Amino acid sequence: MTYDFPPLALILFFPALGFLFNLFFGRRYGRSTVNVVGPAAIFGAFAVGLWAFVRLLLMPAGGALGVVLWPWIEAGAFHTDFGLRLDALSGVMTLVVTGVGAFIHLYSVGYMEHDEDYARYFAYMNLFALSMLLLVLADNLLLMFVGWEGVGLCSYLLISFWYTNPQYAYNGRKAFIVNRVGDAGFILGMLTLLLALGSHGVMTLNFTQLRAHSALLSTAVATTAALLLFLGATGKSAQLPLYVWLPDAMVGPTPVSALIHAATMVTAGVYMVARLSFLYRLAPQAMDVVALVGCVTAFFAATIAIVQTDIKRVLAYSTVSQIGYMFLGAGVGAFASGIFHVMTHAFFKGLLFLCAGAVIHALSGEQDMRRMGGLWRRLPVTYATMLIATLAISAVPGFSGFFSKDLILEAVFTSGHWWLWILAVVTAGLTDFYMFRLIFMTFHGECRVEPEKLHHTHEAPAVMTVPLIVLAVCSTFGGLVGLPKGLLWGDAFGRFLAPVVGTFKPALEASALTLGGCAGLAGLAGIALAWLFYLARPELPENIAASLGALYRLLAGKYYVDEFYNLVISRPLFWISTFVLGRAVDTMTIDGFVNGTALSAEESAQALRRVETGNVQFYVLVYLLGAVAVAAYYVYLVIR
Amino acid sequence: MNHFNPGALDILWLPLVPLIVVAVGAVVVLLAGVRVSDDDSEGLGWIALAFLGAALLFTLPLIGQSSSTAFAGAIAIDNYAAYFEITVILTAAVTVLMSLEYAPDFRLAGAEYYSLLLFAALGMMLMAAAGDLIVIFLGLETMSIAVYVLSGLMRQDPRSNEAAMKYFVLGAFSTGFLLYGIALVYGATDTIKLGPIAAALAGAKGGSPLLLAGLGLLLVGFGFKVAAVPFHMWTPDVYEGAPTPVTAFMAVGIKLGAFAAFLRIFLVYFGAAATHWNQVLWVIAALTMTTGNLVALVQGNIKRMLAYSAIAHAGYVLVGMTAAGAQAGSAVLFYLLAYAFTNLGAFSVVAALERRGERRDAIADYRGLALSHPGLAALMVVFLLSLTGVPPLAGFVGKFYVFSAALNAGYVWLTIIAVLNSVVSAYYYLSVVVVMYMTEGEARPIAVQAQPGMVAALALSLIGTVMIGVYPGPYMGAASSAFKSALSHTQVSSRQLKLRG
Repeated sequence: MTYDFPPLALILFFPALGFLFNLFFGRRYGRSTVNVVGPAAIFGAFAVGLWAFVRLLLMPAGGALGVVLWPWIEAGAFHTDFGLRLDALSGVMTLVVTGVGAFIHLYSVGYMEHDEDYARYFAYMNLFALSMLLLVLADNLLLMFVGWEGVGLCSYLLISFWYTNPQYAYNGRKAFIVNRVGDAGFILGMLTLLLALGSHGVMTLNFTQLRAHSALLSTAVATTAALLLFLGATGKSAQLPLYVWLPDAMVGPTPVSALIHAATMVTAGVYMVARLSFLYRLAPQAMDVVALVGCVTAFFAATIAIVQTDIKRVLAYSTVSQIGYMFLGAGVGAFASGIFHVMTHAFFKGLLFLCAGAVIHALSGEQDMRRMGGLWRRLPVTYATMLIATLAISAVPGFSGFFSKDLILEAVFTSGHWWLWILAVVTAGLTDFYMFRLIFMTFHGECRVEPEKLHHTHEAPAVMTVPLIVLAVCSTFGGLVGLPKGLLWGDAFGRFLAPVVGTFKPALEASALTLGGCAGLAGLAGIALAWLFYLARPELPENIAASLGALYRLLAGKYYVDEFYNLVISRPLFWISTFVLGRAVDTMTIDGFVNGTALSAEESAQALRRVETGNVQFYVLVYLLGAVAVAAYYVYLVIR
Repeated sequence: MNHFNPGALDILWLPLVPLIVVAVGAVVVLLAGVRVSDDDSEGLGWIALAFLGAALLFTLPLIGQSSSTAFAGAIAIDNYAAYFEITVILTAAVTVLMSLEYAPDFRLAGAEYYSLLLFAALGMMLMAAAGDLIVIFLGLETMSIAVYVLSGLMRQDPRSNEAAMKYFVLGAFSTGFLLYGIALVYGATDTIKLGPIAAALAGAKGGSPLLLAGLGLLLVGFGFKVAAVPFHMWTPDVYEGAPTPVTAFMAVGIKLGAFAAFLRIFLVYFGAAATHWNQVLWVIAALTMTTGNLVALVQGNIKRMLAYSAIAHAGYVLVGMTAAGAQAGSAVLFYLLAYAFTNLGAFSVVAALERRGERRDAIADYRGLALSHPGLAALMVVFLLSLTGVPPLAGFVGKFYVFSAALNAGYVWLTIIAVLNSVVSAYYYLSVVVVMYMTEGEARPIAVQAQPGMVAALALSLIGTVMIGVYPGPYMGAASSAFKSALSHTQVSSRQLKLRG
């Protein structure tokens, strides 16, 4: 089944080479070289990825390409290779990451033309692509974790790319730490699997073998492992309760937002769940949790998005919301549809961010939609492509997002989760509302741009518009690989992925047309409302915001989740560190010593005296107390 | 009762050659340094390095030999001893490399410095090869007394004086505990040999109050040397006050030596009677990790921060010890190796930035380091990430092995505490990265020239940290064969006991 295909290593090798070159020699060889090397590394990986993918298509269904680079960890019975594997699932992901990634790299050439730190930028971007490809191509859970941590690191580096702004640096740290919370879940989940299978004598984390031996897992163990791993996924993919880092991640350069925080990295959680679909199928309760978290996140983030005024923040919350759809699809068993949405989302969300970047670039850094408007004449290409992306995310029939979202919604209903379906349809309406609100506020109506910024406004250079057009074509036609059942070739995408992630089995029958119609109506209502509020009667939103003051403040304040986390987790931890352990244990007892850092010669005698009479005795006291505690334990052992 | 029997003195010099070479080296350095001024001690460093290199060569024939003993059981010959001896020699070598420019710069008395360094290394190696309690004690004192002096070698610096004073007073105190523990164990079992003591502990005498009291005191004594909470109070003061290369040597070498003996006694020999001690260790491990990490969060001095980090890492090792068993043993040995390279690297960066008359060890001194010294900053990031446990660096693989060993042994809660702790630790390690990369530096940063010794020390640490992380297979293999070779002693001795019985 698995065909040995050493060129797979090249997919990692090119970005690795690009990273090292840009990091160490980028400055020396200058901007023109970096501008070629950075994107070329990813285009190279894309070309090899296409080659491998064609090989895969020529193989019988269920085949895979693989290569073992070297034996990685050997510890007693446990053995893990540094091995890569390209099957239908990782093949699709590889093409998405390298394909969308390559065009975003190209776009970056134009976007970063005024930035001095281009070499560091492309080094990080290449490193990111490397980590993401490692995550996708890994043939075992441990190697996947290496990529998983790698993308987290790159995300941290790129969010705080403009590190001279302390707020940006803070946001970078926030992303990293929130991700680490999820990672703890990932590690524990991985160890649970290892432990559970190890007790049956199967010490492995290799996906193929895990799948082959998954029958050994009891439902309880599978549920535990699946939920722990899903905690990791909520961190990486910005779902409740760990989504808080993603909106703040928008302070990085816009192509970063497009690549990492929309198109690729944040979908890693969905990929992981799909990769372990055999595990999740063993744990129906864990699947329900996945579906519920996904659906609630989709709705929750959409409600926040409708009141944001920063163009990138709207898109950030929309990303959180759309990934919710993907988990919803996976949670009801339609893993292939979830991945399908990952792919179409990569096209249109990458495009949306790049367009937003073009707008921001044209307006010299302006991100507030209240100071935009009427831009469609000045930025025709950006407008046209962003409208296409909006039609796609709004699931307008014919565009890519329609097919993928429709498959998910249908699966949600026919799997019997009708109340999740209702919430998802309402969310679809909200999606159309906030997306068209964005289009109307940015491109239509009267122009509210500050005059001195308007002066420089111009369409982006070709190196930026070409990627827009390419992604617009993908956003339009990319959905045709998965048509509704019975139409032409039907869901070819789902059939292609079926050997890896299984097929969706509906529990009940429903007319696809009726279901699609409901979603369509909800979407139409959303667009109509957006038109009414932001074009026809622009004074309406303020009146409504005023009359629903509390609700508006709750939404605009993003439900105060950040404040809640701060109050319940960060502050107490900091308090314990500072006061209990820091002050009481450290500073209070060692205070004299710390003061000693600035001791002059005549004071040193004083300090030594204090040493002899003060602190050491305290240390001895603590030591003795510890010894007494140990002794007490043994006394207890003896008299027991 | 085992009376002294000259016929049983199986004299075998070969396993002692590395130790003898190091001891001779210490004396040679001391004699050669009589007329060398403090400004000009680099040559003495090279002499010390040459002897360490020779000692390393002489350890190689010891690898892979079947486990046996010499000198009536006083010296153990096995891969376990070789594993620790090699690690100690490498640690001492990196410390010497780090000191080649540092020692003259801070006017450390060269002859005494390198000589004491070698004597301390000798003590550590002796603890690794010791087969009975008296030799362990001998090694421990050889090491400790040398390090007491080393930490006070900056005679003009009150902080260095203070460090030496505190370490000495507290060290003497804890030595008392350890020795009393040894005495009680001897009183209870009539022997200083580990095999028979283990048999007594596992056998009918296991519940004897005298023996258990001795066991508890041994735990306390070793707890001090490895800086476990609540016997850790000396660590931050001494680490901060001592010259930075000495701090590195203490943070890595003392832990290696002390854990070599600690693990051999408890994990190898007393492993069968783990229920007598691992509940105490459970609590100490949890306390050690948590206190170390939480207090590290609020440190403003990088050496203090690394001191608390070292405490936390001792806690992770204790997690592995608590788990007991062969898997845990190999994991812990591997962890110590990974820890050694990573920590040596971090301290090398700290030492590289220090200049005469001016300690630069406040975290605030690292502001803007990425711009003024991009190479050093990047190296520091690698070492800090390894300490955090980020793949594919050594620290990650070490934690992975230790935590999975603890899970396999059923210590779920302790593992959860350990994982949560390593999450917390990310914060203070990364804030150094933030300071280096994301804050403005001073207007005129101090220029650090690339000096050959320091470059070599950094390169060795980097290679270790990355290689062990990316390709851990052979190192894990070495750790596991080392632990197995030590375990085979216990099987031999129990067989002998059966034969006698």
